Amino acid sequence: MKTIILRTASDFLLPVLLLFSVFILLRGHYLPGGGFIGGLVASIAFVLDAFANGLENTKKLLKIHPGFLMPFGLVLSVIAAISPIIFTGQPIMTGLWADDPIPVIGSIGSALFFDIGVYLIVIGASLTIIFTISESA
Amino acid sequence: MLIAVLLGFIFAISILVIGKFIKGKQSWLSTLIPLSLLAYFSSFIPQISRGEVIHQTYAWIPSFGVDLSFQLDGLSLLFTLMITGIGTLVFAYTSAYLKGHEFLDRFYAYLSMFMGAMLGLVLSDNLISMFVFWELTSISSFYLIGFNNASLASRKSALTALGITGMGGLLFLGGAVLLGDVAGTFTISEMIGMSEEITTHSAYVLIAILFFGAAFSKSAQFPFHFWLPGAMKAPTPVSTYLHSATMVKAGVYLLLRFTPILGNTEFWNSTLIIVGGVTMLYSAIHIIFRTDLKGILAYSTISALGILVFLIGLGTQEALIACLVFIIVHSLYKASLFLITGIIDHETGTRDITQLAGLRKVLMPVAVAGFLAALISGGVPPTFGFIGKDLIYEAGLNWGSFTWLLVGAALLTKILLYYAGFVAGVKPFMGSLPASFENVHLPEKRLWIPPLLLVSLGLLLGLVPHLAEDALIAPGIEVLMTSTESFHLKLWHGFNTALILSLVTIGVGTLLYFVLIPSHKKESFIEKFEVISPKNIVLKTTEGFSAFSTLWTNFFQNGFLRHYVATIIGFLCLVLGFIIFSNFDLSIDYSSFSELTVYEVAIVIMMITAILFTVFSRSRLAAVASMGIVGFAFCLLFLFYSAPDLAMTQFSVDTLTVILFVLVLYRLPKYLKLSKNVLRIEHGVLSVVFGALMTILVLKVLQEPVNAEITDYYAQNAYLLAKGKNVVNVILVDFRGIDTLIETCVLIVAALGVFGLLKLRLKTRDKK
Repeated sequence: MKTIILRTASDFLLPVLLLFSVFILLRGHYLPGGGFIGGLVASIAFVLDAFANGLENTKKLLKIHPGFLMPFGLVLSVIAAISPIIFTGQPIMTGLWADDPIPVIGSIGSALFFDIGVYLIVIGASLTIIFTISESA
Repeated sequence: MLIAVLLGFIFAISILVIGKFIKGKQSWLSTLIPLSLLAYFSSFIPQISRGEVIHQTYAWIPSFGVDLSFQLDGLSLLFTLMITGIGTLVFAYTSAYLKGHEFLDRFYAYLSMFMGAMLGLVLSDNLISMFVFWELTSISSFYLIGFNNASLASRKSALTALGITGMGGLLFLGGAVLLGDVAGTFTISEMIGMSEEITTHSAYVLIAILFFGAAFSKSAQFPFHFWLPGAMKAPTPVSTYLHSATMVKAGVYLLLRFTPILGNTEFWNSTLIIVGGVTMLYSAIHIIFRTDLKGILAYSTISALGILVFLIGLGTQEALIACLVFIIVHSLYKASLFLITGIIDHETGTRDITQLAGLRKVLMPVAVAGFLAALISGGVPPTFGFIGKDLIYEAGLNWGSFTWLLVGAALLTKILLYYAGFVAGVKPFMGSLPASFENVHLPEKRLWIPPLLLVSLGLLLGLVPHLAEDALIAPGIEVLMTSTESFHLKLWHGFNTALILSLVTIGVGTLLYFVLIPSHKKESFIEKFEVISPKNIVLKTTEGFSAFSTLWTNFFQNGFLRHYVATIIGFLCLVLGFIIFSNFDLSIDYSSFSELTVYEVAIVIMMITAILFTVFSRSRLAAVASMGIVGFAFCLLFLFYSAPDLAMTQFSVDTLTVILFVLVLYRLPKYLKLSKNVLRIEHGVLSVVFGALMTILVLKVLQEPVNAEITDYYAQNAYLLAKGKNVVNVILVDFRGIDTLIETCVLIVAALGVFGLLKLRLKTRDKK
């Protein structure tokens, strides 16, 4: 399926889609979106790239195997979940929030890191599944 | 006391680190563990003989009433001394017996684990913790029987033993829970006063049966006895320690421990007398037909356990004293006979009694030990065995009804046990030494000192019986009886019926020893009856069960994914259909629904068209693409009903699904019609039925009044508590964040599963 149109388009689409996925991830707390959807969009971006340029090229682009994103994401989520226990002695999953919002991104809290963890896990898991299957098919 | 119980386990775990050290020349150092425990528990003797009871409680799971509470009284002291004392000798013996064995460290780990478990069992004052230790003894016994794991027979015996004792453990748990429920506590010492309420309770018979099942399977009573001869596949130290001296007595201990609580009823006494009586006679008769030394000892052990159960069944003070004395006597002589058998096996390489002879010329100290052990076993005065045997006869004579039947059975058993003791302890050393054994030499001291020590103790206790009486028997009886009369153990009871019976035993036993020569002919004679033995019946049953489960599994797990899905959905249809049509009002109030809009109708038509196209399409890719359409149509529906989060997720998931399908199907050959028409119609009907049922269900659910409390709570608090305006996302990352965390874990597991399965196959294919 390596058509010129798709290949040219995907070169532009990949960064745009990735940006979009981060956007969805960040806006999740106020508006429709979140880590899960963001992760799916990001993996779609990579899958599209794999379709256009071939799996090998996408893998080169990624540098590491997407599976390695899963442990990182999980660790991030768990740290976000247990941070209240460590820092303030409150029960697990209590939201912790920074006092001052950061420009563009907005308020930062433990929920955001939790969501980023989910985002990474979703990318890792879905890309691992798709890449493995397409390699073996 | 907790440390004392845990010491065995701690040592077992530390083997991981110090295993190399223990395997080497320093293996005898491990003897220090049981020795220090022996010293520790011996230090309690003065206190216990004054009649004190030592309690120690450590909270474990207090919310369930499960504590690690330990109680050291006369009965537990008797057992702890036996466990640690014989343990010390066995540990020392092992260091020589298995010298240089590849897995000696492992062996010590299992052995000390067992010792810890056994100590915990006899010290526990809580039913549940007692059960835990009970199971641990079964498990460590499994490992020890299967220690020679390269041999098929060992593995089989280990499994049989685990199966039988494991079943007993299950029964014990049932009995414990039931008893705890009836008594309102799991603490055994608190139940003592409630004996009357418990024995008159309607669940009493069931409790007693469950406890019987546990005790009989552990203590190898008929018809569960057959695992014990099989367990002799274990190395001799194990047979000595677990399968004659301590573990098999756990069942007896259980019965003794619960005699004051559950005992003194007709049901309790008569069951124990019958089962114990049958066991002791049945296995005593078996002895005549055996030629393997360990086989003879195994059956005589079963028979001795039968006597113990029988005595508990009699339940009088005399009988219980006899029981306690015989527990000590049996441990002393049977352990030494096993150790002696081990030496013979170790030095000559055979345990066949028909070949062994004349070994006294080369193994003199062992022969002395064997002779003394035989004397104790036969109850020849002035050994401790004589006192034990005398008491058994007296207990039988004074019981009242069926006296001669009981005494006759005991007499016959004792005669045969006398015979067994002499065959195992004396026969290998008598006669002329065959040429093949001339090179046999006396092994190192660590092997022959332990049995010699044991038999000297047996002799000493016979001469000075009040040593055992003060320290063990009297405090032990205190535990078992509510009111006790004073008594004294002595060698000379005067000239009475019991003495005559003793003399008869010795006379006939000696006669038997000279008349009945063990031979392979006799052994093959008894093997003809194997077919109707309980062992065979149980094994055949388990084989049948396993064949049935294979059939069952093959029927339901045939490897076709469509078959699994069809089965699951079909079953769900049955359940759903039954519920819906049996107690459901089918009328639906349509007026409460909002009106259809043009968009909705259009989308539904789209979906139906796509579905029909999927089903009847002749191309795989087209079918997949049209399934994607169905998914996207769903996204639109979600959008209409203002669920943008759901719509977005559904949209991405559907995209990925289609991509996945395309990836897989792309490489497959063009569409082939593989499934038969009948199957297609079947599946079609199933899908339509399932769809219809689900529709009805959803419609009915819509009719139910909705509990909006949770929705409102989330809507109101999302911003206040979690600073988020998107309630869906707040629920995901905050309110129910733990759920999300676990779901992501599931996702990871799934990804790793796919990765592992496919990569593994890739690699094997690459190899080719």
